[in-house]
Amino acid sequence: MKNLQETFVELLRRAATDLPRDVEEALVRAQNDERRGTAAHSALGIILQNAVAAREASAPLCQDTGTHTWNVYLPDGAKTEPILKAIRGATVTATRKSYLRPNQMDSVSGKNSGDNIGAGHPGVHFVPWGKPGIHVDVLLKGGGCENCSTQYSLPEQRLGAGRDLAGVRATLLDAVHRSQGRGCAPGILGVAIGGDRTTGYATAKEQFFRPIQDVNPDPRLGALENDVLSCANRLGIGPMGFGGRTTLLAVKIAGLHRLPASYFVTVGYMCWACRRASVAIEGRNVRFSQSAVAGRSRRPAGQASGRREA
Amino acid sequence: MSMREIQTPLDETTVRSLRVGDEVFLSGVLVTARDVAHKFMVEKKPTFLRPLLRGSAIYHCGPVMKKERSTWKALSAGPTTSAREEPYTADVIQSYRVRAIVGKGGMGPRTLEACRRFGAVYLHAVGGAAVSLAQRVVHVRDVLKLDEFGMPEAFWVFEVEGFPTVVTMDASGASLHAEIAARSHMALERFLGRAIR
Repeated sequence: MKNLQETFVELLRRAATDLPRDVEEALVRAQNDERRGTAAHSALGIILQNAVAAREASAPLCQDTGTHTWNVYLPDGAKTEPILKAIRGATVTATRKSYLRPNQMDSVSGKNSGDNIGAGHPGVHFVPWGKPGIHVDVLLKGGGCENCSTQYSLPEQRLGAGRDLAGVRATLLDAVHRSQGRGCAPGILGVAIGGDRTTGYATAKEQFFRPIQDVNPDPRLGALENDVLSCANRLGIGPMGFGGRTTLLAVKIAGLHRLPASYFVTVGYMCWACRRASVAIEGRNVRFSQSAVAGRSRRPAGQASGRREA
Repeated sequence: MSMREIQTPLDETTVRSLRVGDEVFLSGVLVTARDVAHKFMVEKKPTFLRPLLRGSAIYHCGPVMKKERSTWKALSAGPTTSAREEPYTADVIQSYRVRAIVGKGGMGPRTLEACRRFGAVYLHAVGGAAVSLAQRVVHVRDVLKLDEFGMPEAFWVFEVEGFPTVVTMDASGASLHAEIAARSHMALERFLGRAIR
């Protein structure tokens, strides 16, 4: 399984150093929207320059190489143990090669594990998908934006938010306002309406696998995404909170069923450095891409079975 | 709003002339310090840092560093969230006479007050632009407490050239963060059609 481990090292290298094209293109559009000579325009210029520099140098485009979420899609009957071993081995190697910063701290002792392996990390989810071949998606999410992620329970009196899409809209705009530039704006919102507190956060995070410009299959959610995006960008927070016209690059919303008693709105905040990479493995054929399964299938995410933590 | 180039050691007059919104290119000594380092500076009050920090700038950053032969190189060195250092920074500015704090996300009222009183500024770097910013590090002069604190938390002594930032808190007591929070709050109330605490 040495080859599998090498494939995963390359996958981590790509995720950490190569900003997905759709995100980069959204940043170019954002810069074109900002007035020249403003701090917002300059900040986006530095961000775009950084994307190129990181790719050329094969260096982490942000030094916070984040929490890793792996989604592994497996053919029927495939063994999970060798894959888990390869992922862990690749994580250690990628850290040694400086594609990743040693980034996992023991919460009790305060000690850095030094190799990105720790209790609960990396997070690996296995999904049987009934197709031949293995497909793997990985997402790296830094701490600055994760600290901006939040969960509301409706009704929410402060915002006058009831248990409907208007209430959801109010919480999303409130979350953007509360984050200001601190999540490294312009960011992406990944949202789950419903579920419980656990599936809400998992599903909100799944949304970051969706390409910036995809269209929500549910037209009501699609309309809400567009409305929140347009209002958020008129809050005037701007890149890094310097003021400006681009506070968000995208809003991605999924609906989950819920208990009659609960109505959670979970808001994941992803910084502009939305790092994801994918690989399809079939026999000896290995193909890297920026096309995640969760971004393609358009089904409400969070329905993956066989979830497990490494 | 203007474009300024400044060089460490920074004097009080230069720092007090900087205004919120100015784009500032910093050259000279930039010393990284994050959570463990700040706790250390305030609780242990080490004397060996004094000459290093006087008139220079602290950088909230936990870089990815690589040792090539015998010299260190910064591969990836963007700013980390500054708010975590709010409990310590006013003391650090006062006791070490630091003139600039470089980070992201801005800081709170105690730091703003310390900037006003002692003549210091908060310089906001572009979060996530870690490779571009690392390329402005022309020389890694030293590293302190590496073994004890680990790579992200150690004091890395960088020499930088033209390090790009924006002044978001100045020595007159102005904060771009406070201005933008207030303005965006008004817009939020307009969108929601109600007053929000």
